[in-house]
This record gives sequence, C-alpha cells and structure tokens, in this order.
Amino acid sequence: MEKFTTHTGVGVPLRRSNVDTDQIIPAVYLKRVTRTGFEDALFAAWRGDPSFVLNQEAYSAGSVLVAGPDFGTGSSREHAVWALKDYGFRVVLSSRFADIFRGNSGKQGLVTGIVSPEDIEILWKILETKPGTEVTVDLEAKTATADDVTVPFQIDDYTRWRLMEGLDDIGLTLQNEADITAFEQTRASWRPKTLPARHLPSVEIEAARPV
Amino acid sequence: MAGTLAEKVWEAHLVRRGKDGSPDLLYIDLHLVHEVTSPQAFEGLRLAGRQVRRPDLTIATEDHNTPTLDIDRPIADATSRTQIETLRANAREFGVRLHSLGDADQGIVHQVGPQLGLTMPGLTVVCGDSHTSTHGAFGALAFGIGTSEVEHVLATQTLPLAPFKTMAITVNGTLPAGTTSKDIILAIIAKIGTGGGQGYVLEYRGEAIRNLSMEARMTICNMSIEAGARAGMIAPDETTFEYLKGRPHAPEGADWDEAVEYWKTLRSDDDAQFDAEVVLEAADLEPFVTWGTNPGQGLPLSAAVPVPAEISDESERVAAERALEYMGLDAGTPLRDIKVDTVFIGSCTNGRIEDLRSVAKVVKGREKAQDVRVLVVPSSARVRLQAEAEGLDVIFKEFGAEWRNAGCSMCLGMNPDQLAPGERSASTSNRNFEGRQGKGGRTHLVSPLVAAATAIRGTLSSVGDLDLPEGVDITTFDGSPLDGVGASPLGENVVVDLPLPVAR
Repeated sequence: MEKFTTHTGVGVPLRRSNVDTDQIIPAVYLKRVTRTGFEDALFAAWRGDPSFVLNQEAYSAGSVLVAGPDFGTGSSREHAVWALKDYGFRVVLSSRFADIFRGNSGKQGLVTGIVSPEDIEILWKILETKPGTEVTVDLEAKTATADDVTVPFQIDDYTRWRLMEGLDDIGLTLQNEADITAFEQTRASWRPKTLPARHLPSVEIEAARPV
Repeated sequence: MAGTLAEKVWEAHLVRRGKDGSPDLLYIDLHLVHEVTSPQAFEGLRLAGRQVRRPDLTIATEDHNTPTLDIDRPIADATSRTQIETLRANAREFGVRLHSLGDADQGIVHQVGPQLGLTMPGLTVVCGDSHTSTHGAFGALAFGIGTSEVEHVLATQTLPLAPFKTMAITVNGTLPAGTTSKDIILAIIAKIGTGGGQGYVLEYRGEAIRNLSMEARMTICNMSIEAGARAGMIAPDETTFEYLKGRPHAPEGADWDEAVEYWKTLRSDDDAQFDAEVVLEAADLEPFVTWGTNPGQGLPLSAAVPVPAEISDESERVAAERALEYMGLDAGTPLRDIKVDTVFIGSCTNGRIEDLRSVAKVVKGREKAQDVRVLVVPSSARVRLQAEAEGLDVIFKEFGAEWRNAGCSMCLGMNPDQLAPGERSASTSNRNFEGRQGKGGRTHLVSPLVAAATAIRGTLSSVGDLDLPEGVDITTFDGSPLDGVGASPLGENVVVDLPLPVAR
C-alpha cells in the first residue's frame, strides 16, 4: 500500500446524508472479478444527471469528497472504496461513517476523516462558493485546509499509523503466527468444522421456469 | 468481572490483546464465502503465494448473482456466469467446500450456515456480507467484512479488530396479533436511526425476544446492520438448542453436552454494564412499513406519509424531501393508500420456512390482486424442498405467485429479478435504498404478513384489513406449520425434515 502523508486536490461538496454503498456503486457493477476499473460505476445512478456535482467541470477532477452524515452505510461491498479510489478520490470527509465502510477504506489507503457537522458545513460553503477550490489533507496533523480555513478531523491512531507507513495488514498479522497456532491448539472439539462435509441426503432440485 | 454476552465471546477468541492502541487479534470460527465479495480476495492470495489457512473452517455458496429461473441452464449473463465460474475455480484451487447452484445445500449464505448446524452459540462468524449479523441470533458474534478482510481471514483465520461498544435493546411484553419480529426491528431502526447502532454490538433481550422462534430471531439480528450496528446478538436458550440439535454439523454425544453446558454461560451477567440501553414495549407495536429510501424512514402502517415541512432537523427534512421525490409519494398520503406493482417475499431477512408458512396461511384459497406481480423466493434449496413437502408451493401458485429457486434475488437485484424504473414493491427484504431492487425501483420494506395482505389487496395492507375465512386464526404466527395449511405428507407434527447426518 502506498504511504499517505499529505494530499492536496479539488474538494467535492456532496450535500447528501445517508449515502449508502448502493448509491456509491450499484449492485449490477459487482459482477466483475477484478479489483480495478470501477471508476465508471461510482455514483452510477447520479452520473446521468447533469446537475450532479461530479458532472460539473470544476469538480470533475475532485479527489477530496466532503459528504453528509452516515456516509457508506449498508452493504459491506469493498467495491465502494475501489470505485472512489479508481475515480481518483484519496480522502472522504464526513461527520459520521458506517463502520464497515470506514474499515474497508483503511485497508485500501482511502483516508476517512471524521469532521464535525459544523466544519463540514463550512467546507461545503467554501467549495460551493468557489468551485474547484483545493483541499489539503494532512494526515500527520489530522487537519483539512481549504482556502484560509483549517478544520481538524478524527481518525483512529492505528489506522492513521498504518496509512502513513503504508503497511499491509496480513503481513502484520502473520508476524503473530505462533500465537495463532497456539490458539488453535486450545479450540474445543465441539466447535464446528466444515470439512469433512456433512449434510442431509442430496435431492434433485427442480428448476423453476418463467410463468 | 461482569461481562456482556458480546464481551464474553470476544474474550474467548482473543489470540493476542492489542497494546498501545493497536487492535486485538481475534480468532474466527467460521468463514462464509460467496461469489461477489471473494474473487478479489482469492486473487490477492494467489498474488502473494498464500494458501487458505483453514479450509475446514470455511464454506462457500452461490447466492447473490444466481438466477432463480432455469437454474439447470447456463447462466445467460456472461459477467454473472464468469463470477460464478470464478468462485468454482477458486474453491477447487484452494480446497474450499462449495455448494453450487442446483445442489440441495445451495442457498443464501445466511441460511446455509444455520441449516447445516454450522452456526452455533459462542462462535465468531464472518462473511463478506453485511447481513452476517443474522447469525447473532444464536449467540454468535457475527459480522460483515470487506474483501480485504475476507482475504485476511482466508490467509490467517483471524482479524485485527478494535473492541465494539455494547447496546442492550430490551423488548418487553407480548407482540400484538398480526405483528412479527420484522415489525420489531423496523420499529427499532426507526427509533434509533440508521446510524444509531454505529460502533455497537446490539444485544436484544426481554420477554418479546425470548418468545420468538429461532427464525424470527434471525430476522431481527439480520437487520442490526440497518441500524448501523456491526452485529446483533441474542443469548442462546432452549429455543436455540432445540433448533440446533440433530443438524448435520451440530455436536454429538459428549461434545453436545459439553457445548450446551458452555452455551448456557453465554448470557450477559445481571450486573453487566452496557454502553447504551434502549427499551421498547411490544404491546405498542403494529405492522411497520418504510416510506422512504433508508430503513430508518419507517412508520406504523396506520400512519401517513410524513410532511417534510414538519420535520425540524434540517438534514432529516432534506433527506425526507429527496426520499418522497424518489419514491413518487405525496406528503400526507395514508400509507394504506399506496398501491404496489410487485410483492417480493424472500431474502436472508424473511425467506425462511416460517415466513413462507405465514404467507401461505394468509393467501391460501385466494387470488392475488390483478396487476400485482408476486415473487416467492425461498432462502435456500432446502427451504424450497421443505415448502414443497408441505404443499406451500401449490398454495402460492394457485394464488398467482411465481415460485422460484433459492437465492438473494430481488433483494438486491443483481440477477435478472429487478424492478423496472418507477415500479413500486412491497418487499420482505432489508434495504429500501434508491435503486436497490433495480434502477429507479421504489421499495417499501414490510413483514411477510404485510406482504401477503398487500399481495391480496394491491395496496399496503395488514392482515387486519382482510376478511379472513372462518377458522383461520391470525393470532398465532409462531412459525409452526399452520392450521389448515401445509398438511404435511408426513403426518401432523412436522417441523423441519431432519434425518440423521450423513457424510458425503
């Protein structure tokens, strides 16, 4: 994962609350088996609307999304993070994120900063008054600066450290492999195993037909 | 030290306690896999030269993207077919057990775990699907994860996690006739909001919860995520043990006794401290429906579409205005006057055998409203077989409904089962997001009973709105086979057909 220290890019005001992951990327785009190439799917239902913020030239190259509360709710699809990243976003600022989305972002190097609702409003006003204004996000200082306004954001220290170091989670965990193996030795015998497979007798399933 | 149920399960899975702000490392007992969120995870393993650490704690099924018609023919959509074939190839390469389309054990991943007896109290269960919270109904700590975490669990059978906060949700009293566990959870979400559970594990308790069947409990835990929570849990009890006993992977003999003894300790201590508490009176509940585009935008069926101007919170007002525009609804319209085009009965929320029995009880001997399309999609192939053994399929077909093969189907509209733009549904699923069931589709979340009544009347309705034929008792929807419905070929007291486990 690429290290993240600071980033400066065009801020995009998304004045909506409860932007769920079905809005960020509709399910029809989840059929792909690749990890990249989802930029066309980002906010797909809204991209056809000329008034949608990303369809306005000043914002179209945005990389810092400033969104309403409860961003990323709903489905656990990490595709939502891939779509934001593939489009070019490096940072999302909101007053509240859904847990799974925030976790997924941290794994993929997308910074999710929690900003107070009042400060979100200030950022929105700046970005709407002067479209194309750049926002500088400083992960070390935990601040976002637009124009002459600097607002603080929150991010948990561990995620921040990992993002700044560009560390891979699996590699970190495998440093504790001896602990994992030791834990496995203590696992009670009643705890389930999927193999060898046990199930009811197999039965032919009749295929439903269109009516 | 006194602990909550969630804390007890957490502590029992600690591989390593995090120091200096780093997360705990938690062992994962059961990893459920499906075709949509796994291909990139397997690819990651391949690129790093890693194996699946514990194929014997992993199980895969095909559900999100599978057709519910013509399942014996090649999948028509090429991208869908590729995704399914990718899962099959990955399962072969990495030695993961897979129940494919057409297999009797295929179904929605959150039905497959419980029906095989793999889901049990005191486990940690994860899946690349937010509705993994369903398994919490057994007293497991179960939560959805993203694809990076799927890869992490495949490679290490652990997850680094910061502890959750805990919230107790107590539902006192007895549910009124015609209301179900779906109405409980819709009311909870409307009360605490879609962000209200954020960062929490919810523990549902109280008399109304204890009285629920195992499947009804699954409906509640399933939608914990719609309240923003990572997980929902219910302490295991005799209902749980009864459901599990004799299932293919349930412990046997001395293992069973040891397990039950342990499971009985899995309850929040009387003096355990929760970070938050919410109390509801079941007697106050009535059938709940959503009117908007997030699951928190719900109201009792007797209410009217809200008037945004009367909402004081600005963010909520704007959201309501937008929702009404998308939903094509006028403020002040009684919810009962809303006409629907499609009724969808299915999903990991309400596609289980008890749900199908409830619907069958209401629709038996009737005809659906003209112009309403009714889709009945069992949550698994086994549920379909059970329903057919009870004759429920015949009741549905005579009613005018389409009886489909198992899968996620119209809940998320990844397969061809979608709403057309502007089309309106009453759906027993879990999300009413814009475009969730098809681009431009409009979703009202409802219980199976409301879905059945709505399919009969064509407008959002409860069973109280129906003239029920004599002898049909609508006050008992406890999940048992229903009086006069589903006369089973196996005699009276048939619950779920469960012969002894066999090894394949």
